[in-house]
Amino acid sequence: MNMSQDHSVSPSDADTLSRLREGLGLAAEARGLLDVAYTTIDSPVGTLLLAATQKGLVRVAYAVEDHDRVLDTLSQRLSPRVLRAPKRLEVAAREVDEYFSGQREAFDLPLDLSLSRGFRQLVQRHLPEIGYGQTRTYGQVAELVGNPKAVRAVGTACATNPLPVVVPCHRVLRADGTPGGYIGGPDTKKALLRLEAR
Amino acid sequence: MKQPFEKVVEQHGGTVLRVCRVVLGAHDAEDAWSETFLAAMRAYPDLPDDANAEAWLVKIAHRKAIDVLRARSRQPAPVPEVRDAPSTLGLPGEGDDDVWRAVAALPDKQRQAVAYHYVAGLAYAEIAEILGGTTDAARRAAADGIKNLRKNYPGAAKEGAPS
Repeated sequence: MNMSQDHSVSPSDADTLSRLREGLGLAAEARGLLDVAYTTIDSPVGTLLLAATQKGLVRVAYAVEDHDRVLDTLSQRLSPRVLRAPKRLEVAAREVDEYFSGQREAFDLPLDLSLSRGFRQLVQRHLPEIGYGQTRTYGQVAELVGNPKAVRAVGTACATNPLPVVVPCHRVLRADGTPGGYIGGPDTKKALLRLEAR
Repeated sequence: MKQPFEKVVEQHGGTVLRVCRVVLGAHDAEDAWSETFLAAMRAYPDLPDDANAEAWLVKIAHRKAIDVLRARSRQPAPVPEVRDAPSTLGLPGEGDDDVWRAVAALPDKQRQAVAYHYVAGLAYAEIAEILGGTTDAARRAAADGIKNLRKNYPGAAKEGAPS
């Protein structure tokens, strides 16, 4: 008998396993074990990873950030009880879809900013005050948060925003009007600004 | 560093399912699988980073399967359900009810030892920890299990098993 040699999974086993894994996500949620739920969705700027704690949306990640690495970081910083469980992300996924199809200008989602601390979190809390289709400079945002000299720190806060798209750091530009850096790459930043200018 | 639990499910979900099928039959295997991973998820933050995740999962699956077996022995359930056996668990004779009947007919310890060694690939020392008793006893239980399977299921391949 050569049982341990064959660890391949037949197609019917693959179906069974994907059904069991889906059920596991739901059962883990029902029993309060699901500390971090995530899903991935398609968007015009590539596949986005959405992750939420029981408090709210905690991470939006671009493919260039490497989703496996993002999940490793969530596991380390929040909790290793991480499962792909799209149910918790249903509303967030729908709102992001609506945003990219031009039907939504503001997000109405509970957010969990616990991946950021101190001044960075303060900046990220204020960013949604920059409305759809508007832009500010890093300096203006520094003034907005009551610390006009902290222009560089505002830049860092934008660069480390754990919730791009939803927390609109893409609306913050350099003083000369050029886009500046972006976690999803400069082209993605331009694409979002173009979308909002329509 | 502790990897996300999703990766643990991805890497070991198939093995745990096959182990549950051998120990319990297809009928109860899926419930045991779910209860195993829920219990594992609850305990996961406390699992040492260098632990052997598969051995740990099999240990949990063993406890969950014992619960099912105990519940069964309290009920006058005649024969374990084998008719819906899925076609693949790495056993020869795919889709063959006879092999499942032969596996289900093994004494519990032999069936468990066979599952943990030949399906999950655990070492006999690890199996002894799960079943209690000595490493030799675990090795003997697996060997007796294979001998019984060969006797009761003549279709079984004749080549040697991995040690």
